[in-house]
Amino acid sequence: MAALERIPPLVVASFLPHSLCALVIKYESVIHEFDPYFNYRVTQFLSKNGIYEFWNWFDDRTWYPLGRVIGGTVYPGLTLTAGTIWWVLNSLNIPLSVETVCVFTAPVFSAFASWATYLLTKGSGAGLTAAALLAMVPSYISRSVAGSYDNEAVAIFALIFTFYLYIKTLNTGSLFYATLNAIAYFYMVCSWGGYTFIINLIPMHVLLCIVTGRYSPRLYIAYAPLVVLGTLLAALVPVVGFNAVLTSEHFASFLVFIIIHVVALVYYIKGILSPKMFKVAVTLVVSIGLVVCLIVVAVLVALVASSPTGGWSGRSLSLLDPTYASKYIQIIASVSEHQPPTWPSYFMDINACFSPLSDASSFVVLYIVMSVYFSGVMVRLMLVLAPAACIMSGIALSQAFDVFTASIKYQLGEMSNSKDDVKEKISTNNETKDDASSAKGEKVAKERPSKKGKKKEREPADKPSVKSKIAKKKALVLPLEASIVALLLLIMLGAFYVIHCVWAAAEAYSVPSIVLTSQSHDGLHVFDDFRESYAWLSHNTDVDDKLASWWDYGYQTTAMANRTVIVDNNTWNNTHIATVGTAMSSPEKAAWEIFNSLDVKYVLVVFGGIDLNINKFLWMVRIGGGVFPHIKEADYLRDGQYRIDSEATPTILNCLCTGTNLSCKFVETDGKGYDWVRRTEIVKKNFKLTHFEEVFTSHHWMVRIYKLKPQKNRIRGKGKKLKLKTSTGFSKTAKKNPWM
Amino acid sequence: MAARIWIFSVAVALFLSFSSAQDLQIVNAERRIDLSSHIVKAFFTLKVENIGKDPAADMLLAFPPTQIKHLSMVQAMAITGKKKKKTYLPLDVKPTEQPDAPNDTGYFLVSFATPLTPGETVTLEVLYILTHSLEPFPSEIAQSESQLVYYRDSAVILSPYHIKQQTTFFKTPSARVESFTNVEPANRAGKEIKYGPYEDRAPYSYAPVNVHFENNSPFAVVEELVREIEISHWGSLQITENYRLTHGGARHKGVFSRVDYQSRRSISGSSSFNALLAVLPPKVNSVYYRDDIGNISTSHLRTGFKKSELEFEPRYPLFGGWRATFIIGYRVPLEDYLFEAPDGRRYLNFTFGCPLVETIVNKLTIKVVLPEGSKDPSAVLPFTVNQDLQVKYSYLDIVGRTVVVLQKDNVVPTHNVPFQVYYTFKPIYMLAEPFMLVSAFFFVFVASLAYVHIDLNIVKK
Repeated sequence: MAALERIPPLVVASFLPHSLCALVIKYESVIHEFDPYFNYRVTQFLSKNGIYEFWNWFDDRTWYPLGRVIGGTVYPGLTLTAGTIWWVLNSLNIPLSVETVCVFTAPVFSAFASWATYLLTKGSGAGLTAAALLAMVPSYISRSVAGSYDNEAVAIFALIFTFYLYIKTLNTGSLFYATLNAIAYFYMVCSWGGYTFIINLIPMHVLLCIVTGRYSPRLYIAYAPLVVLGTLLAALVPVVGFNAVLTSEHFASFLVFIIIHVVALVYYIKGILSPKMFKVAVTLVVSIGLVVCLIVVAVLVALVASSPTGGWSGRSLSLLDPTYASKYIQIIASVSEHQPPTWPSYFMDINACFSPLSDASSFVVLYIVMSVYFSGVMVRLMLVLAPAACIMSGIALSQAFDVFTASIKYQLGEMSNSKDDVKEKISTNNETKDDASSAKGEKVAKERPSKKGKKKEREPADKPSVKSKIAKKKALVLPLEASIVALLLLIMLGAFYVIHCVWAAAEAYSVPSIVLTSQSHDGLHVFDDFRESYAWLSHNTDVDDKLASWWDYGYQTTAMANRTVIVDNNTWNNTHIATVGTAMSSPEKAAWEIFNSLDVKYVLVVFGGIDLNINKFLWMVRIGGGVFPHIKEADYLRDGQYRIDSEATPTILNCLCTGTNLSCKFVETDGKGYDWVRRTEIVKKNFKLTHFEEVFTSHHWMVRIYKLKPQKNRIRGKGKKLKLKTSTGFSKTAKKNPWM
Repeated sequence: MAARIWIFSVAVALFLSFSSAQDLQIVNAERRIDLSSHIVKAFFTLKVENIGKDPAADMLLAFPPTQIKHLSMVQAMAITGKKKKKTYLPLDVKPTEQPDAPNDTGYFLVSFATPLTPGETVTLEVLYILTHSLEPFPSEIAQSESQLVYYRDSAVILSPYHIKQQTTFFKTPSARVESFTNVEPANRAGKEIKYGPYEDRAPYSYAPVNVHFENNSPFAVVEELVREIEISHWGSLQITENYRLTHGGARHKGVFSRVDYQSRRSISGSSSFNALLAVLPPKVNSVYYRDDIGNISTSHLRTGFKKSELEFEPRYPLFGGWRATFIIGYRVPLEDYLFEAPDGRRYLNFTFGCPLVETIVNKLTIKVVLPEGSKDPSAVLPFTVNQDLQVKYSYLDIVGRTVVVLQKDNVVPTHNVPFQVYYTFKPIYMLAEPFMLVSAFFFVFVASLAYVHIDLNIVKK
């Protein structure tokens, strides 16, 4: 019955993300950012052509002329989920568009995620609090708002649910749950590359358990089927395939798999042999085992050493060595999501960590430690930390509330009745609770506030509450006033948290980045330039025209404009991107030649309105220079800076990207070419293009589209007759069809 | 110029097999052709006299083959009474075929209200509307150029009857006229070119003229418009309109410079347009304006008692040949549009045509989605359209909703007249879907109740 009573608040908690996202839909139900547009396009393809076509989909509208095998290179979990939802709804005659389904997949799954958090925190008030916190935590909101149709949207649910099933199996030792766990893991593998977090964290926990001597058959059942089934299932996902057994990210799980078998064998033998015999056996086995181990390790080392990156993929390597990316792979470094987070981003995202840790199983401890490390390395993995932090603070909060309310109840009871038996009951209650919140919890509790206090000086209400919490732990039954004040403080803190979350969700994460707004004295200005240009492209260019742009806009162009692009956000071919970068940072003629060789007809340049988009340009030069040595970053720099004022280098002034931007006749807009952001006057005005022509500029000048002019006939002869001959006969035969 | 004037007349009296053609003559004809927008409107005033011996029940209007395919609509009215007591009586006009039509001339048959007795005269007002009749020349213009167009017609009225006296006026949008064919007497004054008066022209006289003039009015052409009108007996009509808009004027060539477009609006892109006006019904609510990739934020709605006006801009200005697609949707209260006929049937009374002002619709499809369970649909329109029935499955439908599809080509704003769709409907069907939902939830809860209370264990715990 107690379980049933908790259902209504849980329902409320799972609807929180919905209400929150409804609160913060500021613009429209639209897909956000860049990657979600790709996912949306894939879902459209899936819903239109079916699953088999999807697996075999070779996309010829991107990475021209290379193309991309979509079916084999995407994590299909999200797409399949949304596609299935769409299919079910439509077969029930609920005609929702694919877009609507895509937009609302993330909020729906965030509700599932808070439900899974409730389960993972093992019911009770703590679970509810954790679920409510997760429903609102800003770092997760960033992926769960309507329109954030990204892999993480479903992956976080899968992650937490996998952990829940793992814990469940660990507690029950049921093969049924172990199988479910493997399936949940399979769903996680389908959804997100972050599945490696699971397949490394669980082995670590198992190892921890073995080392601390807590091996049990339940641990074996929780782990061994997961590795066997999970790996088999993971190999079914095309994008993972044999990587599931070949790459180093998965080796830890196999190693622990072997270890757990050895340990299991040892325990078994220990059980059937007498202690004396056992000692003999141990020496025997250890000596043989060492030899075998050495051989295996040698083979492994040889295997790993033979592969160029040591068997680790670039992104994973950058996890282990945060400086790896900027050293070797420009493209990984250029994605801001892969960069180490700045400290303010911590404050922004994790506001939930006021947490003395109490009934913490070793797994949750391990989880939070690991996720803190990983999120420190890569800002994107902040997401993994969010559920952990929520669980922690959920436990802490509900403990605090329990104690405060109990002491208030006790004090009130004393005042009204002043009977001893009541007191006894309450104190026994408190004792049991104290047992629950174990001694270990208290130790951590003392460490934590000091650590967090440094990070979170921004929140003044935080410290007193933590202090009061510690005080409460010592006294157990607090004076009435103190507990009421502390309770109020806690409630206030909770309220602040909610306000902060709503604010963060509304201001920071609900902006679909393709629509920008600015508040000015005469009202709100909407900058919808990107969609304007995409709409123009889709209606006013030929369906097979190729468009060159910097890779950021690739996904959006294919999804919204339906035009073939040269490079896109799936940065799988560095050389191709470098080619575009080179073209963008070359003089006009050279750029024309590169683009022409790529069969490009239009070039899309982001102009940024009144300022020049130099930040993107920096990466064009760097990535271009990384492959084509004639592009040297030094040529573009003056005093270590990119400058476009009178100090600018001739190279930067002549190159296409800035050139086209500069060419827009600044003189006529405001009298002089002036870069508003950098507050410098641009020297090169009245730039005249000879190989490109401007065909479209959006309303606020943010996007400009240039068309490659056709090649001029080569008429250099002096006589008129010669001219005629060459123009009619020769030059035309050089082209495709002499009869045209 | 003289060389280009050739008047030909065809001897028809011998060949035309019916008598009325010979027995009528046009005493006086005045034609005013309005070329100020891309929809060419011609106002015709005819004074017809029966010179035969038998009463004439109808008369023919003739159109050259080049015009007949662009002819969007022909209306005729008889004027009775004089001066201030003038009353207009609409007459029945329908296209007909004549067996011996010279040079593929097309005909419309106007039926008089009462047959014209010998010697009697009647004054008719005829309006006909031509679309796609202005040919841009030059056919491609740059951003800074103004749009020039050709209009081709005849200086004398093509008619199977003898016309005693006639005049034709062409009204151009501006005083800039590059050239016009001279058919004496012809002269131009400001925005008006006058041909005539011509006396005593034989039947089927023709004098081709070509007017080359400036026309920068927005050539807004909707290539295809699908309007879906969904009737919900729960209280509203939901209208969704899918537009595929194009600029039908001279094609844009070369550079589009935003600087010029924004700073020198008067001389740059004068033939382009970036704002449109839609006239929506009064009491309209929940209006949205979007396209395939999301909401478009540039629109204003003014609601009024007689009509609502939605002023909106496509995502980008449209130059010659550019296209844009968008969707406009809105909702109106049901009680203003759905009525019960005396025979118990219900009928929807709604406006045909396209809500955008001054636009041509090449292909208009109106889909009236009747509520699930309605029967015997029939549509009543003042002109002929293609009719079809479809079935649509919407929210939780089982048998599907009947859709009356009305399809018409070449639609102009003059077609915005009411039409009716009659159908029978039993109110009990309204409760079908709520009942379905209620029972579905009921069974879920009953099932969960049963699951909680039934012990499925084989071994007692």
